[in-house]
Amino acid sequence: MTAQGIKGKDVASGNFDQNLSGRYNLDKLFATAAWAATIVSVLILAWLLFTILIDGLGTINPNFFTAFPSRKPENAGIKPALFGTLWLMMVVAATSFPIGVGAAIYLEEFATDNWFTRMVEINIGNLAGVPSIIYGLLGLAVFKRIMEPITGGNSVLSGGLTLSLLILPVIIVATREALRAVPNSMRLAGFALGANKWQVVWSHVLPSAMPGVLTGVILALSRAIGETAPLIAIGAVAFIRSTPSSLQSPFTAMPIQIYNWVGRPQAEFHSIAASGIIVLMVMLLLMNAVAIYFRNRFQQTR
Amino acid sequence: MEFKARKMRYAYSATLLALLTSLAACGGGSTTDTADTSGAGGTEVASGGGVSGDVLIDGSSTVFPIAEAMSEEFSIANAGVNVTVGVSGSGGGFKKFCAGETDISNASRPIKDKEVALCEEAGIDFIEVPIAFDGLTIVTNQGNDWAQCLTVEQLNTMWSPESEGSVSNWNQVDASFPDQALGLYGPGTDSGTFDYFTDEVNGEEGASRGDYTASEDDNVIVNGVTGDEGALGYFGYAYFEENSGSLKAIEIQNEDGECVAPSTETIANGSYNPMSRPLFFYVKKEAYDTKEQVQAFVDFMLDPGNGELIGDAGYVALPDDILGNSKARVDEAKLGTDPTNL
Repeated sequence: MTAQGIKGKDVASGNFDQNLSGRYNLDKLFATAAWAATIVSVLILAWLLFTILIDGLGTINPNFFTAFPSRKPENAGIKPALFGTLWLMMVVAATSFPIGVGAAIYLEEFATDNWFTRMVEINIGNLAGVPSIIYGLLGLAVFKRIMEPITGGNSVLSGGLTLSLLILPVIIVATREALRAVPNSMRLAGFALGANKWQVVWSHVLPSAMPGVLTGVILALSRAIGETAPLIAIGAVAFIRSTPSSLQSPFTAMPIQIYNWVGRPQAEFHSIAASGIIVLMVMLLLMNAVAIYFRNRFQQTR
Repeated sequence: MEFKARKMRYAYSATLLALLTSLAACGGGSTTDTADTSGAGGTEVASGGGVSGDVLIDGSSTVFPIAEAMSEEFSIANAGVNVTVGVSGSGGGFKKFCAGETDISNASRPIKDKEVALCEEAGIDFIEVPIAFDGLTIVTNQGNDWAQCLTVEQLNTMWSPESEGSVSNWNQVDASFPDQALGLYGPGTDSGTFDYFTDEVNGEEGASRGDYTASEDDNVIVNGVTGDEGALGYFGYAYFEENSGSLKAIEIQNEDGECVAPSTETIANGSYNPMSRPLFFYVKKEAYDTKEQVQAFVDFMLDPGNGELIGDAGYVALPDDILGNSKARVDEAKLGTDPTNL
């Protein structure tokens, strides 16, 4: 009643609908600007994809996947780089997933709030912003040189562990966000039924947080798959005519191969670089698709 | 309730397992595949040269195309040998070489004194082997109709550290040049090409003005010079050869006072000086003596019949007499660096 009274008064005095069309125009203007921003970014992406596809589709053939790199662009293939990247991703997933998620569970569910955990938190936040080449130099010193008897020096294992270090902060931060989003009532309900902390975390909190955790892992792996600098720093090779046979094998990876081809003077190499980019992109999309599939499965089981 | 929680837990563990196995499966696939490849390689060894093992090469990205071509042909002829080539740059390559991590180090410049000291400290003896020539090519936009031939002094005027911020117009380089803004493009400081150019033009390795467009990717320099009428840039001859339709190579006045344009002939016969430079590889003495496959690979690189591979890569093969000198250095196991070894 009161509200209506005020409104009535405003309308009567002519204050309320003053410049109404102007405000509607401003509204439209803002909507247009937001729309334009979206369209521009989509157009740029589409243009990038389009030029890459135009440049690279023509040179993708079965031979491109089964051949080794060559000085002749028409014979050159991406096989060692493709397998090198698959091996790397295997090592990265197998190490960074348990360590990253484990660390996040500790920090979020078990750790008490003291100076030590606060310091760890600050450091993890900072590490997420460190340039990748720094991780490469760390990997060179630790995994390649000091741990050579275990990693075999310039090997898939050294490369994978270096990339794991690189993405660990991302996984930890994402997992913590996901854990934090689980309602506290779930934990309390578990405790009320007599479950201990471990049971509550493992059976209730973690499964609920899993979709968010997986999203973080996907994003982190997607970053790792495109990294070149740290791999070059630890001494990944650019030319190799074999695929890795063990964790201690020398290797090359797709971004290194692509970078190498892009830098060549011959235009033919630039086309196969575009083909390499398409293959890398498809691999990335496949990886994401698998992870999204699992994520949806989780959401349904709940 | 309990049933549901349990079911959920199983579903969760199963999915984790599935995720890891699916990734492992990718790797598993490649393991089988590699086993196949190495098996095939193994059978070919018997029919091939009979050498096997690893040859580890790293170093200059300029020399990489030569190393790649040689490795490819060598691997085809000797299927048991696994040659790997890295691209850490000339300096990065020497760091690994002197740490004993590689057998051969490629370089687009001679080894520096401090790198020699590093190798000595680690007890690494090496043989220095010139393998090819490259002509450092000075290019301008095709619309540039005023500069045909430049002297090293004129290049120095443009590129010296003192010119930073002050020399920005072609008419400051030579009074006869028009009033046209000067745009400079060149490789970044990690490049052996940069080291060589600054040494020849500015008299000190690494001494250069800093306010130019620097890129480690020479194609960026090509694009920059193509789009800027007042541009001048420098890079290896191979990049000019591939882009000769859109760039103009400047003649350089050599020590005899003649204006010489870069070409395969002028680079090989030494008249395109001082901008033609040798490219090297450095062999670890111990690896050459004890590893049959390294020795075979070095001999393969120095085989006059394989000079064609160097030409294909965009560089100029050494004339027979100089190649002979290179071979002699290896045969005599002449250690250390020697700038006059050509």
